[in-house]
Amino acid sequence: MTAPLVDIRAVSHRFGQLAVLKDVSLRIEPGSYTILLGPSGSGKTTLLSILGGFVTPSEGKVFIRGEDCTAVPPARRPTTTVFQDYALFPHMSVGGNVGFGLRMQGVDGTTRAARAREALALVGLASAFDKKPHQLSGGQRQRVALARALVIEPAVLLLDEPLGALDLKLRRQMQDELKAIQKRVGTAFIHVTHDQEEAMALADHCVVMNDGRIEDEGPPERVYARPATRFSATFMGESTILAGTVAEARDRTSTVTTPAGPVLVRSALPVGSAIALAVRPEHLLLGGAAGTASLGMARVSDVVFQGSFKRVLAISIEDPSLQFIAKLPASATVQPGDTVAVSCDTDQIIVLTD
Amino acid sequence: MSSTANSGRAGRALPWALVTPALGWTLLFFVLPFIAMGFSSLTAHEGGGFTLTNYSQFFTNPSYWQAMVNSLQVTAIVTVVSVLLAYPFAWILAEQVPERWQRLALMLAVLPFWTSYVVRSYSWLLVLAQNGVINRALTGSGLIAEPLQLANTRLATVTGFVHFFVMLLTLTIFANLKQLSPSYRKAAADLGAGPVRTFLHVVLPLTLPGIMVGAFLTFVLCIGDYITPQILGGNNELLMPQLVMMQIGRRGDFPLASALSIILMAVVTIAYLACARWLKIERA
Amino acid sequence: MRRIVRVASWVYALAVYGFIFLPVVVLVLFSLQATSFPIPPFTGPSLRWYDAVLSDTRLTSALVNSLLVASISSATAVTLGFLSAWGFARFVLPGSGLLRGLITLPLTVSYLIIGMGLLVLFNWAGVPKSLLAAGIGHVVINLPLCFAIIYSQMGDHQINIERAARDLGAPEWKVLLLITVPVMAPAIFAGFFLSMTFSWDEFVISFLLTRFDTTLPVEIWNLLRSGLNPKTNAVGSLVFAVSIVLVVLFELTLLRRRKA
Repeated sequence: MTAPLVDIRAVSHRFGQLAVLKDVSLRIEPGSYTILLGPSGSGKTTLLSILGGFVTPSEGKVFIRGEDCTAVPPARRPTTTVFQDYALFPHMSVGGNVGFGLRMQGVDGTTRAARAREALALVGLASAFDKKPHQLSGGQRQRVALARALVIEPAVLLLDEPLGALDLKLRRQMQDELKAIQKRVGTAFIHVTHDQEEAMALADHCVVMNDGRIEDEGPPERVYARPATRFSATFMGESTILAGTVAEARDRTSTVTTPAGPVLVRSALPVGSAIALAVRPEHLLLGGAAGTASLGMARVSDVVFQGSFKRVLAISIEDPSLQFIAKLPASATVQPGDTVAVSCDTDQIIVLTD
Repeated sequence: MSSTANSGRAGRALPWALVTPALGWTLLFFVLPFIAMGFSSLTAHEGGGFTLTNYSQFFTNPSYWQAMVNSLQVTAIVTVVSVLLAYPFAWILAEQVPERWQRLALMLAVLPFWTSYVVRSYSWLLVLAQNGVINRALTGSGLIAEPLQLANTRLATVTGFVHFFVMLLTLTIFANLKQLSPSYRKAAADLGAGPVRTFLHVVLPLTLPGIMVGAFLTFVLCIGDYITPQILGGNNELLMPQLVMMQIGRRGDFPLASALSIILMAVVTIAYLACARWLKIERA
Repeated sequence: MRRIVRVASWVYALAVYGFIFLPVVVLVLFSLQATSFPIPPFTGPSLRWYDAVLSDTRLTSALVNSLLVASISSATAVTLGFLSAWGFARFVLPGSGLLRGLITLPLTVSYLIIGMGLLVLFNWAGVPKSLLAAGIGHVVINLPLCFAIIYSQMGDHQINIERAARDLGAPEWKVLLLITVPVMAPAIFAGFFLSMTFSWDEFVISFLLTRFDTTLPVEIWNLLRSGLNPKTNAVGSLVFAVSIVLVVLFELTLLRRRKA
């Protein structure tokens, strides 16, 4: 196995008394698209600033391409940052902005202009070379910021909520473009967001952060299907969470006592331990065809039509504090007030031991 | 977080190198003179050691005491009259004048602001003099037989001051009114408030902080001004700045002038502390 | 009701405009007086008093002095103000709030008291009265103003712009020259312009700290000793005209910037 491109070792950071990063370690492979996903205050932006060299961590080390970069200033590390507000230089033309990094390297004007044009062409803005930043739309500024960062060929490109300022439609469109550009240039991208859809759409490697720690990391499919922690299960998409106690354990299975009745799960767990079970909305079955695991009866409290599906909320009859969240086909006929049997397939139950 | 910079090699030295010249200038030419003035105020004019006579004079000599009373009265009158005149004017400029003419209307309203301060007071003297424009107009039209004594009165001083501060306050209040989001007014109207109640309950309270800043500025500039009372008020009744200048000019009594300056500044400081919570100057 | 408000507004606005313009109109009108007293009746128009002003070397040299003091002290004030604003906005300094308060403190103190303090200090230190001494005083009054204007314009967005430049490899002095100064140019310009006008018009500090060579407002003050005099009207009108030209130029550059 080759050495990782970026190796973050046991990094902690405090702002005054406030610990924003607590012993974070993370490796990033060359050519990967990594997403740091988490709510505000989770430490994801601070981690990105540490990678970019804008913040020196209180403890721990950062290695980039095998070199200790912990205290190297931004200018002298092989990273560039695309800022959330783009931070385009308002007094320079688009070409001047994109060529700035090369100018600082002492590249001559002609080469600079040629390479800036190339970079702009890469992001589909070849014609904007002579415009001023304020003449561009939000999406176009975003691309200029990207071209400006990519033109100096960094080893790692850091993106701080790059799509946060764009409207929904444009955001989805830019997502596709970002992914395509990343594949074309092959640079490792590290991208901070709080939008889990964005994370799933873009990431090769998804890092879920909460309260200064990494809760879960891995391919987005795995993080979604088999979240490692309760936080990860609720932040990366919705889930119905059942608290329970392990009542009986066998070789490969255990029986868990939950407010909705005993549930069989496919893992051996220590008897008596308190655990939580999570079920994704699309895996919950209401009425009709029953799954292998019964979750009792529930009264439907709300049905929200969402176009391609219906989102159904139901309150457990056995325990009114338990709420089921289900996703049913748009053709489903459930009504608020209906009493339905709730079930799912045993294989789809996610066991959370934290 | 936003201002946490990575401290490279230059980390410690650079920020101090940037702020030291300004701090040094302020310490050397503002704080130090103040200390020097403090020391000076505690010595006697004729020389000799430490004494409090300069301060005790202020409290025992009724004419000195009277100058402070005059100053406070004039400043209070000027501040109140200027705010009362400027607010409706600024409101008209911001609300009644069509949008495209507003900039021009405002520029015109503060145009005389750009005349020299000394010249502005002198111009009022032309207007108010014994045989000046007003007296000529009044006697010429037969309204009065004898010219009125307008110059060299408190009225003249107040007029000169109000002229200046109406312009200043119009600027600040206008800016304040324009900053108000129109949604506030729409929301108030939507909730059933008529124009009068919208003004009283929404517009006025929201612009009050701006008025306070403007009024405080008026207070500070007015109470410390020497030119206007000297040119327009003459020496009939003295205000504090005139009293201070008199000590330097005629008698070269720096210690007494220092003591009077410090007392004047203490009054401004007390006024500042009294309305400090309305005066917030911060980074946008 | 609306009509009444409109009419009342018009009447009120015209009355205030009248009050604001009355002394200026009288000043300019009687500067064109042909006889020796700037009081009614008007005997002009005549340019003889402008002639008298322009051939008075005391006034013309005072004018040059004023321009010199204003431009040099404003340049100093804006430079010190800009550097300190940059330092305070970009770096976390211990006691930052207190130090910023110290720099802006002179804003709350009367010019008279600042002038008095400098007079006492210079008198004690043996510094002679001069234009330099007055210039030092003008920096004291304008530095906090420049600092406040520039500091208030240094938002987080500007900070990110500078970070981007550093990130792309710019050393600190290039960040300053290529990014910060051009981006902050409007605030720097506004600070310089305001300082110029305040210094140009400042009287009491110059009065206290200069002796033989002095500034225009002090020289005009000296003219006032001779009572009402059309020559004073003429010099006042000239100063007014120069200020108006400056303000219009300022507005135009501002407009051009906004359109660009």
